[in-house]
Amino acid sequence: MATQPPTSEPTTPKFTARLHSPQLPRWVPWALVAGAVAVGLALHLMVGWGWALTIVACWLGYVVVLVAVSGRVEGRRKAKDRLATSLVTTAFVLALLPLGSLLWQVVSNGLPAINSSFLNSSMRNVVGEGGGIFHALWGTLIVTSLAALMSIPIGLATGIYLVEYGNGRMARWITFLVDVMTGIPSIVAGLFAYALFVIFFGEGVRMGFGGAVALSVLMIPLVVRSTEEMLKLVPNELREASYALGVPKWRTIVKVVLPTAIAGIITGITIAIARVIGETAPLLIICGATDSVNFNPFDGRMMTLPVYIYSQYKNPGFPPEFGIERAWGAALVLTVIVMALNLVARLISYYFSPKTKA
Amino acid sequence: MAKSIDVSDLDIYYGDFLAVEGVTIPIAARSVTAFIGPSGCGKSTFLRSLNRMHEVIPGARVEGKILIDGADLYDPDVDPVEVRRQIGMVFQRPNPFPTMSIAENVLAGMRLNSRKLKKTEASEIVESSLRRANLWNEVKDRLTKPGSSLSGGQQQRLCIARAIAVQPQVLLMDEPCSALDPISTTAIEDLIHELREDYTIVIVTHNMQQAARVSETTAFFNLAGVGRPGHLIEYGPTTKIFTTPENPATEAYISGRFG
Amino acid sequence: MTSHAVEGTHRPPRSVGDRVFPALVTAAGAVILVTLAGVALFLTYEGLPALTAKAADIPGADSFAAYVWPLLYGTLLASVLALLFAVPVSIGVALFISHFAPRRLASSLGYLVDLLAAVPSIIYGLWGIFFLAPRLVPLYDWLAGHLSWIPFFAGPASVTGRTILTAGFVLGVMVLPIMTSICREIFLQTPRLHEEAALALGATRWEMIRMTVFPYGRSGIVSGAMLALGRALGETIAVATILSVSNVVSLNLISSTNPGTIAANIALKFPEASGIEVNILIATGLVLFIVTFLVNFLARAIVGRRAEFSGAN
Ligand SMILES: Nc1ncnc2c1ncn2[C@@H]1O[C@H](COP(=O)(O)OP(=O)(O)OP(=O)(O)O)[C@@H](O)[C@H]1O
Ligand SMILES: [Mg+2]
Repeated sequence: MATQPPTSEPTTPKFTARLHSPQLPRWVPWALVAGAVAVGLALHLMVGWGWALTIVACWLGYVVVLVAVSGRVEGRRKAKDRLATSLVTTAFVLALLPLGSLLWQVVSNGLPAINSSFLNSSMRNVVGEGGGIFHALWGTLIVTSLAALMSIPIGLATGIYLVEYGNGRMARWITFLVDVMTGIPSIVAGLFAYALFVIFFGEGVRMGFGGAVALSVLMIPLVVRSTEEMLKLVPNELREASYALGVPKWRTIVKVVLPTAIAGIITGITIAIARVIGETAPLLIICGATDSVNFNPFDGRMMTLPVYIYSQYKNPGFPPEFGIERAWGAALVLTVIVMALNLVARLISYYFSPKTKA
Repeated sequence: MAKSIDVSDLDIYYGDFLAVEGVTIPIAARSVTAFIGPSGCGKSTFLRSLNRMHEVIPGARVEGKILIDGADLYDPDVDPVEVRRQIGMVFQRPNPFPTMSIAENVLAGMRLNSRKLKKTEASEIVESSLRRANLWNEVKDRLTKPGSSLSGGQQQRLCIARAIAVQPQVLLMDEPCSALDPISTTAIEDLIHELREDYTIVIVTHNMQQAARVSETTAFFNLAGVGRPGHLIEYGPTTKIFTTPENPATEAYISGRFG
Repeated sequence: MTSHAVEGTHRPPRSVGDRVFPALVTAAGAVILVTLAGVALFLTYEGLPALTAKAADIPGADSFAAYVWPLLYGTLLASVLALLFAVPVSIGVALFISHFAPRRLASSLGYLVDLLAAVPSIIYGLWGIFFLAPRLVPLYDWLAGHLSWIPFFAGPASVTGRTILTAGFVLGVMVLPIMTSICREIFLQTPRLHEEAALALGATRWEMIRMTVFPYGRSGIVSGAMLALGRALGETIAVATILSVSNVVSLNLISSTNPGTIAANIALKFPEASGIEVNILIATGLVLFIVTFLVNFLARAIVGRRAEFSGAN
């Protein structure tokens, strides 16, 4: 890139000459990468540096050399651009490292624990080896289903209210409060459920249904938001087309607007379920922990997967390695469930969105 | 079954903004009336007040009187939903329901109102409506395909079929051809010619040749300036409006476009 | 002349459905109002006894304020550390996705970052305690050995790695996706015209970003950071798993005596708590609620919600 604006050049030949500012050949960065890798291997194998140190050092070396060379050949501005590009790319890699290492840890530590008895037995009378997540799977299923059962109708209806009917003070308040709800820390939702249930059931209450209430507090705003967003995407023209056919407003909403937006809404709901299914803190407060199967959400403690992981880690039993292994095994199961839900959500929005105008 | 419309001294508001002022016009049954005028003068607004679509917009209201075959359209006891069943509307941009097939789109007016239809009855309605909309031959083999898979012109004719399937008495059209190519436009103009036998048709158009071709009566709207309300300047037989208009503004508008 | 004001003064006759349906959806909205009022009310009701509790009843402190202060300090410290990690990285990631990565890849890369948000916090906890913490010990040793004149690294370094710095780092990873997605959205909204104007002046890509993307997205970055802060403040179980808590107020980031956080403290104590202790924990929860509310409120105030009706037409 020219350091002076080309217009200040007096003659035409010089102007064209200026269009070819010095530029690093394309292979230079790649050659530098190769060099850095080679130096890194040497440092690691021959000098005996640890992996982490080697990688950090080589990366630093790569960036410094690249910027220096670029500054020499291409000028300061280009060098800065290259520096920024390197940093931004680094940030991206840096963000993905934890994800990769985390998934790897979960799979490699969790896989050995998984077998049919792990999935089919509870922790009743288990001290060391054995035991499983049967009771926790059921607990998670029951609590999450109840939460979904409460949140979906309320969230959906509120979203409809806000987009189709809401104007005026009440709608503004609800919008504001949904924002507030989005920010409620999950542990506070658990405390809320406890504070509510303690009034009816007395001190120390633990109950699966309470967990469902706590999760609903977290889930409702997610459902409202995604419903709102999807309904707003439905073009007004469709509503008007329906009104013009003499269709009442509520039927227009139920039969035209909702079907058009339904794929997006279901995607949002699925993601919301995936979000709350991994919640630990509120369930620890109000569902508590237990070693036995409990199918009744209105009576007593109920184990759930996240709390199971936490309590296996906290009280691994004796000898402790079995408890830790069970924690990883349950973590793998929970991760698979959450990822599967996310995948399903993607697929729904990909395949079932209405094909609107070309 | 067509009905006549009598508008007297109608003011139309968006909130506090007076968009159209003092419109008085009779619209005869079984005729085609064209509304012309510059952009923003309130043609669409006026058209939408004729089937109470105007009040769908929050804060929108009208003052004045509209009589449909002598009955007050804005009487407090009139259900706007019922009105719209009898006064159909076709919009500027084709808007078939994307979740429905072609056949379902035609039947939408009935299905959405939960009218029970026998299968034979339903397919009869589909066929006759599509035939009247000059679309049957093009789509008869793919009635179950989504309505949005059609071309723009076909979509617009599908919307017309959808509007006439509920057998309205009046058909309002807001620039139905403005998004279409000349061939589709001709098809729709032919259609309007045929429909005039049974319907009262009001059409908004920016294309003055089109107004001249399809309408018996033409009404010219104008506005004095930005932010001022639109007015009905004059109306009369189309041939008269286009040859010897009374108002100089009409003359200027028409010659500006024709000249 | 007759006048019919359609809105307001007169309600036209409506079908049964058009009366019942709006009533139903409005009721659902009302449920939300009631729920939130309930959250505030019940928490206050159950938390109030803590404020008047006798000094002897409060574990390890002689007033509620003295009890909650170290926890609040730890909460803020951990969250600020989290932001220190997350803010620069997420701005970089958002830029990478919005302006550096190939267009075709951008949305899949965004999805990859969103996956980080999908991982349950308890799993971050396991990862932090079993994988990350032990691997950070050498770093802490080095810091304590060479930089101990800085109060943050005064040492002695924790031998387990279960420090507030580790907790802050894990929190940083956890809030990264939310901040990234907000920044990404804002960056993508930079008017194309501005960007092209900058490029047409001969700016390099980085100069174009400095000239157009950052000025345009500044408020978005700030509010994204605030929302991330709100998340970090309330995060419970990862911190409860990773941190070894001893309720001190200290600047030392790498020792084994760390301040706790409000949320983690509740999670650790609540299962065994009884009597007035429960009320005290609920009261701390209320404090947490108020702090996060203020932070979130500020964040929203900065961007301002787009309220317009966005259906086409
Ligand atoms: N939803 C609305 N809210 C407020 N004002 C509106 C609304 N729709 C239209 N208007 C205003 O009412 C006036 C008339 O608009 P209208 O759409 O009826 O014009 P038109 O004659 O149909 O124009 P065009 O030929 O461009 O379609 C304009 O000043 C317009 O700005
Ligand atoms: Mg118009």
